[in-house]
Amino acid sequence: MAFDAVAIRADFPIFDRKIRDGKRLVYLDSGATSQKPNVVIDAESNFYRLHNAAAHRGAHQLAEEATEAIESARQVVSEFIGGQEDEIVFTKSSTEALNLLAYSIGSAPKGNKFHLSAGDEIVVSEMEHHANLIPWQQLAARTGAVLKWFEVTPEGRLDLSDINSVITTKTKIVALTHQSNVLGTINLLDELVKRTHDVGAVFILDACQSVPHMPVNVVELDIDFLAFSGHKAVGPTGVGVLWGRSNLLAELPPFLFGGSMIESVTMTDATWAPAPRKFEPGVPNMAQIVGLGEAVKYLSKIGMPAIHNHEIELTKYAIANMAAIDSLRVVGPLDTNMRGGAVSFTLGEIHPHDLGQFLDDAGIAVRTGHHCAWPLTRKMGVPATTRASFYLYNTLDDIDQLCTSILAAQKYFG
Amino acid sequence: MQLDNLYQEVILDHYKNPQNKKLSANYDAQVHHVNPSCGDEIDLNITVKDGVVEAITWDGVGCSISQASVSILTDLLIGKTITDAYKIYDEFVALMQSKGTVEGNEDLLEDAVALAGVSKYPARIKCALLGWMAFKDASVQAQAK
Repeated sequence: MAFDAVAIRADFPIFDRKIRDGKRLVYLDSGATSQKPNVVIDAESNFYRLHNAAAHRGAHQLAEEATEAIESARQVVSEFIGGQEDEIVFTKSSTEALNLLAYSIGSAPKGNKFHLSAGDEIVVSEMEHHANLIPWQQLAARTGAVLKWFEVTPEGRLDLSDINSVITTKTKIVALTHQSNVLGTINLLDELVKRTHDVGAVFILDACQSVPHMPVNVVELDIDFLAFSGHKAVGPTGVGVLWGRSNLLAELPPFLFGGSMIESVTMTDATWAPAPRKFEPGVPNMAQIVGLGEAVKYLSKIGMPAIHNHEIELTKYAIANMAAIDSLRVVGPLDTNMRGGAVSFTLGEIHPHDLGQFLDDAGIAVRTGHHCAWPLTRKMGVPATTRASFYLYNTLDDIDQLCTSILAAQKYFG
Repeated sequence: MQLDNLYQEVILDHYKNPQNKKLSANYDAQVHHVNPSCGDEIDLNITVKDGVVEAITWDGVGCSISQASVSILTDLLIGKTITDAYKIYDEFVALMQSKGTVEGNEDLLEDAVALAGVSKYPARIKCALLGWMAFKDASVQAQAK
């Protein structure tokens, strides 16, 4: 069956509302957060309505149901990315997942695989979102480790020409994005993961922009850790996922301490429950976890390859039509090989904030600014960009409307 | 078009022909302010003599609202006493925070009332205030000298 974005859109109630005095909503900001289908909204509210109790605690039916609900979500999420159930740690966001890793690694004692000493190296890239840059930058500052990075080429690809001098025998951690939230670039990981493992380091993947948009399998990628957020994958806000290889999660010290993450406690000491519980202190964001499980089922039913292909079609069409606009510069790869549906651009002298405001007046939602990747926008030589990002509910009509309004903005501000 | 309330002619004029947009060599205080959510930046120099704003010069990158707002500010505040300049400053900040409920005192704010429409767009208020915050910061530093 052909991919039917219009039919899919009917699953998302927000598209029934009007924007700025009766205009159709053209939502091109899924890179920031996705809209939610009814099944997710219902799953979240039904949890509160029918099953609410503290999971993993309580000797009653509701507590059993709550536990069952979040544990079956864990299973669904693990199958979605090809991991094992006990390798899925629920966090409040992917930002928290990456910080969890940075703080846990930072607290690893001598003798632990993750222990960092002065002179050890942490590798990132210039195209990281702040959430996969600052935690490592600060971990380096705390431990005396050295932060190194891959540069980005003018075309918006990772420059791997000096891979062996960036990832060295001193490297302990390589933390990279799978898909740039600004450029749309999808990074080919094979060579990077191989080099990382050859030098005995761990590979951490920021998959916020890839897991919601294409098939991602942690075993096939042969990576060690992965983080993604629920709200970018048609799921609720307030839930993120950290996946880690079970032997590594076993070795990694916990980050947050409290209830439910322990094995045994005395007044002076404590031991930890096995992962994932070791990393999930406190009552979890249960309704959001359940909503995320439903989101993943929804995406799986449509099929991640189909969603990815749809986005490639949209991106091809968008780049072809946008590149034809006078003084419009796409900041990122122009070909759709290893490229996802986030298209950032500048428009002559018109500032992105002004363009974004103009588009908003036409019912078109885009993101403007540095997209939480300030070093990258600086590197690309622009103070800010406008970004249109696509998802399964977008259509070619949405892109036509974007291009028409860009032309109108040129007249307005010209 | 609703947007015309935001982008008044006078704003687009100041954006295209910004006033005092060239940093002076001499100044009593120099500040650098950024709007971290959008990357807009401004450098602003101020000279205060005998309680009077003698000169304000600036340079920066940003949207039409932020650029026009600081341009209008320089036209408005150069030559005013610090006391009067702060009265205008307070009036402008109150206007920006009004959520579109007040028109602004044109006698006091002159061209700056054109920015009244900004107060209806919460995301843009920081743009309009960027230069004004820089002015306040710089003027305090200049007087402390």
